[in-house]
Amino acid sequence: MTTPILEVTNLAKFFPIQSQGIFSRVKGDNKAVNGISFTLNAGETLGLVGESGCGKSTAGRTILKLYEPTSGTIKFEGEDITSYSASKMKPLRTKMQMIFQDPYSSLNPRHTIGSIIAASYEIQKITPENGVKRAVQDLMERVGLNPEHYNRYPHEFSGGQRQRIGIARALALKPKFIVCDEPVSALDVSIQAQVINLLDDLRDDFGLSYLFIAHDLSVVQHISQRVAVMYLGKIMELAPTEELYKNPHHPYTKALLSAIPIPDPILERKREQIILSGDIPNPVNPPTGCVFNTRCWKAQDKCRTTEPVIMQIGASQVACHFPD
Amino acid sequence: MTLLEVKNLSVGFPTPDGVVHAVNDISFSIDAGETLAIVGESGSGKTVTNLAMMGLLNSNTAQISGTARFQSHTGEIDLLGIDPNELQKYRGQDISMIFQDPMSSLHPYFSIGDQIIEAHQVHNKVDPDVSKERAIELLGLVGIPDPASRITSFPHQFSGGMRQRVMIAMALVNNPSLLIADEPTTALDVTVQAQILSLLKDLQREFKMAVILITHDLGVVAGAADRVNVMYAGRIVESANVFDLYAKPAMPYTQGLLDSVPRLDRPHTNRLSAIPGQPPSMISLPDGCSFAPRCSRISEVAGSKCLMIMPELTLRTDAHSARCFIGERAGA
Ligand SMILES: Nc1ncnc2c1ncn2[C@@H]1O[C@H](COP(=O)(O)OP(=O)(O)OP(=O)(O)O)[C@@H](O)[C@H]1O
Ligand SMILES: Nc1ncnc2c1ncn2[C@@H]1O[C@H](COP(=O)(O)OP(=O)(O)OP(=O)(O)O)[C@@H](O)[C@H]1O
Ligand code: SF4
Ligand code: SF4
Ligand SMILES: [Mg+2]
Ligand SMILES: [Mg+2]
Repeated sequence: MTTPILEVTNLAKFFPIQSQGIFSRVKGDNKAVNGISFTLNAGETLGLVGESGCGKSTAGRTILKLYEPTSGTIKFEGEDITSYSASKMKPLRTKMQMIFQDPYSSLNPRHTIGSIIAASYEIQKITPENGVKRAVQDLMERVGLNPEHYNRYPHEFSGGQRQRIGIARALALKPKFIVCDEPVSALDVSIQAQVINLLDDLRDDFGLSYLFIAHDLSVVQHISQRVAVMYLGKIMELAPTEELYKNPHHPYTKALLSAIPIPDPILERKREQIILSGDIPNPVNPPTGCVFNTRCWKAQDKCRTTEPVIMQIGASQVACHFPD
Repeated sequence: MTLLEVKNLSVGFPTPDGVVHAVNDISFSIDAGETLAIVGESGSGKTVTNLAMMGLLNSNTAQISGTARFQSHTGEIDLLGIDPNELQKYRGQDISMIFQDPMSSLHPYFSIGDQIIEAHQVHNKVDPDVSKERAIELLGLVGIPDPASRITSFPHQFSGGMRQRVMIAMALVNNPSLLIADEPTTALDVTVQAQILSLLKDLQREFKMAVILITHDLGVVAGAADRVNVMYAGRIVESANVFDLYAKPAMPYTQGLLDSVPRLDRPHTNRLSAIPGQPPSMISLPDGCSFAPRCSRISEVAGSKCLMIMPELTLRTDAHSARCFIGERAGA
């Protein structure tokens, strides 16, 4: 078997919570990512889904070493990068990139889009074969932007076009792995479909691997080969896409799937829906045992005392004492 | 009974670059107890339509024309013609509005109880204790546990989903006959969205109120609406009963929207069908059909008619109308 491009083992990222006042003390930790493990193969897309605050972005950023991991290991192309310094990471940065959710704030409004895309080359002191301008214009063309708009500013572009600029910037250094953090969440459906199709094509053309973060499960289904469902910093279920959607084993996966409305009035009105009660607990004091036990309709005493270990059910990995 | 009838509503915002034609000559009506969804992409004029009716646009910066006849507790009034001070009598009483962001209607420095009591007192000459009882009753109805003690809590002490419930309680305190809900669940997680939508449905039945539901989520519309208005570039481009709209969308934009939504209930194909391009600038709208630059069916219409003439919103079948030259009934 070939080495996976990314191997994440028991990764945790805690953010200390400081008390207010002159003598600030650490009051506790926000356990944003609390021991997650998965692998990603070359050319594969792994979807990472879950509700707001469950730790998706923190996971993505920690994997790229934009945050210092609290514990666990990250291997990129077999190389353990967990404790690499910024300077040791620099050469690897060409291979690992990120695309952000907000196409408005992630682009500097005072720079032309040509210079925004070209900045990647400058930072790495790389000169592309036919010169920077040519390379940038090729990229613009590839992501569906008019290369003649090289000297325009971000505000002259629509949301979908700005997201394309962000994608072109991420592609400039020919990366192998891209963390896509909610790349289409801010876009309207008609534009969202354009960007998803583009990301799909680019993956196939350049042999890219994506960690595709989203809270919209229907979008994730489209682009991912496998999907990991997160809740309160932990992975609840990780399975091949078809399997996850057809045979969800974890109660949370079931609830999440059932909460998504179907755009068909006949089906939508006759389907059974699981309505979860309550809210997501505070990640500073997650529930003991299974973190989902405060909202789970199947919870038993054991769920409140013992954390479930991940078990294999067919092709799915499930963290639950009483899976379906 | 027709509760609200809007005719020829237009809203323009003069700017240094030209007039933003946010809403262009739209007409629609809503019956008592009915749910009308307004869907469309960002910037299509959904919010402005409703802000105009509620008298919430600054008349110094917005040019508003049209009529909106509403059956209020004092009889028929024209929401667009009435004096803004007069309109306050009806806002929060006959018509309430809830927004995407609950913090835009909740004041951070007052307890939620005080805010709901105040909303009740403004329209009812009753003892404050009566209003307090009413506040507790409403908070219980929207699913706030232990409402009698929670009324002293402040907005920041609630989660996003709970704040949305509080805002709904406040909007319903005077038994409005019309609730305008502008993206009420867009900022919420799907599991919380499911809670709020089911709550709204129960309350609507209980209060027998009409709801204008503004959203861009075609899944939410499918579950909640009786009728749907699809908006594009400040115009209504299709209007139909929810079942007809999804089964037989008549306007290419509606068809494109329905096709581009990724769906969980279907085996996933590798490519989504996308609508190419983007909506037009609201400052310089195209001469003909606003959707023409993106329309995949434009070649089905002879000549360059779509590029020169704006199609009218015409009736196709019973109560189903669309704005497109394709499928127009002869002589219509
Ligand atoms: N830089 C930071 N410093 C302190 N706490 C943080 C930081 N970034 C995130 N957190 C906290 O960590 C938790 C996880 O946040 P994260 O942004 O990873 O969630 P998410 O799943 O990406 O949510 P969303 O869907 O809203 O983007 C949250 O409680 C958040 O408040
Ligand atoms: N005060 C204003 N001045 C100038 N233009 C405005 C003003 N308010 C709204 N607009 C413009 O009017 C158009 C319609 O805006 P509106 O807020 O109604 O859109 P919407 O359909 O509600 O979109 P969204 O889904 O993003 O909420 C947009 O082009 C918007 O930029
Ligand atoms: S372990 Fe228990 S509480 Fe957790 S998901 Fe499974 S059944 Fe529910
Ligand atoms: S009128 Fe013409 S351009 Fe407009 S939607 Fe119909 S076919 Fe398309
Ligand atoms: Mg995030
Ligand atoms: Mg709006």
